[in-house]
Amino acid sequence: MLTVEGLRSRYGRIEVLHGIDLEVQSGEIVTVVGANGAGKTTLLRCLSGVQPVSSGTITFRGEALVPVPAYRRLARGLAQSPEGRQIFTNLTVEENLRLGAFLFADDRVEKDMDDAFRMFPVLKEKRNLAAGGLSGGQQQMLAMARALMGRPSCLLLDEPSMGLAPIIVAQIFEVVKGIRDLGVTTLLVEQNAFGALKIADRGYVMETGHITMSGGAEELIADPRIREAYLGI
Amino acid sequence: MSELLQFLFSGVTIGAVYALVALGFTIIYNASDVVNFAQGEFVMLGGMITWFAHAAGLPLPLAALIAIAATACLGVAMNKLMIEPARGAPVVSLIIITIGASIFIEGAAQLVFDKQIHSFPAFSGDAPIRVGGATILPQSLWVTGGAIAVFVGLWLFFTRTLLGRAVLATSNNRLAAQLVGINTTFVMTLSFALSAAIGALAGVLATPITLTSYGVGIGFALKGFAGAMLGGMGNPKGALVGGFAIGMIEALTAGYLSSQYKDAAAFVVILAVLFFLPQGLFGRTSTDRV
Repeated sequence: MLTVEGLRSRYGRIEVLHGIDLEVQSGEIVTVVGANGAGKTTLLRCLSGVQPVSSGTITFRGEALVPVPAYRRLARGLAQSPEGRQIFTNLTVEENLRLGAFLFADDRVEKDMDDAFRMFPVLKEKRNLAAGGLSGGQQQMLAMARALMGRPSCLLLDEPSMGLAPIIVAQIFEVVKGIRDLGVTTLLVEQNAFGALKIADRGYVMETGHITMSGGAEELIADPRIREAYLGI
Repeated sequence: MSELLQFLFSGVTIGAVYALVALGFTIIYNASDVVNFAQGEFVMLGGMITWFAHAAGLPLPLAALIAIAATACLGVAMNKLMIEPARGAPVVSLIIITIGASIFIEGAAQLVFDKQIHSFPAFSGDAPIRVGGATILPQSLWVTGGAIAVFVGLWLFFTRTLLGRAVLATSNNRLAAQLVGINTTFVMTLSFALSAAIGALAGVLATPITLTSYGVGIGFALKGFAGAMLGGMGNPKGALVGGFAIGMIEALTAGYLSSQYKDAAAFVVILAVLFFLPQGLFGRTSTDRV
């Protein structure tokens, strides 16, 4: 579904992605784990089009993605729940969700919003409140729900567990697992390697702009190098 | 009593013009957090272009339409040529660019048009209407009606339409706006076109009363800015109330103190708002959780 080949990207003169190869098959949950500063977020920003690509290709559902501007990528089926949530703080929860379906004006919008409220009941309670007043976990739920309102075939999730209490993190990972049942393929970027690998089918390990390891999630969890470097076991 | 009423009438009239300018500020501010100080030049262009088109023999309504359309195009050009290339610059830099644009447009208007003071006939004649011992010009009703109509239109746009919310979303978080499929470049173009058109409309409606010349823009921009600040930047209701309030304060100052002080009134209001009420009357206090 999503194929990345030889992807390079830079901030100014400093290259941060040195040729990334990665593949996501339809229906999978694939995770990219790695330490802070490894380039995981930059990778996702390239995929959603808000970060310039200096070379390499991104193919999504058979189409070259690099020339497509960021705002057109959701229409192709690629949604992102960005790092730091990036919700619209001055709008209400419901308005945030409605804007997630900005591209659509049909009856399904109502239905999708009901589904989102079923998935995250706390958002329904707060639907008419300004999103800026939500707690961190609630904001993360809103960011994910908003991305799903865009009817993606593939969801890019950037650090959904960041800054959240352990009990909320467990909840969020449960939700990510559930997203597969909606028929949405997920590419999950996480520092919380153990949590991410536990729910993923396959994983990639990223270090300073390179993919250093890849394989089945169970295989990676069992790998002694991963256990030492990322799992603290 | 009839004296006070007369001052209030003239306050409402000029206040309506300031309200229209303040409403123009609102749109661009909502889309980009930029205060567009060239907003007053749009008012000037509305009046000047209408006068020249009318003087060239076109009927007044057509001349007015041309002026509004041409000014909207100029607003778009200003965004494309001056604001867009500087995207990513701090908001303060963008605001300084709009001041530069204002000076440029004023200078260009001197060359393209002329340095005379112009006016054109009022839309419904000049016979004053008598109300309770005071008089009001029919054109004042046009201006006031125009301000209220634009306010209602904008209020519906921002609260009832998806595109209006997309404008708000763009200013709140441009990155996220792109990710949900909003073409943020188009939103900026749209907001400049709308703001410029509203400014030009203000010029068209006000010129039969206030007269126009190449240099009237900066005055309108500052008074409208005072109105927008008083009401709370970014809020259409605040712009309307603030604009009318500045007009009233100005008219009462001119009437009861001295007309020499009337221009100072708006600036006293700006200072007072900055000291005591930085959010304005209807401004939203930000409650972001990090």
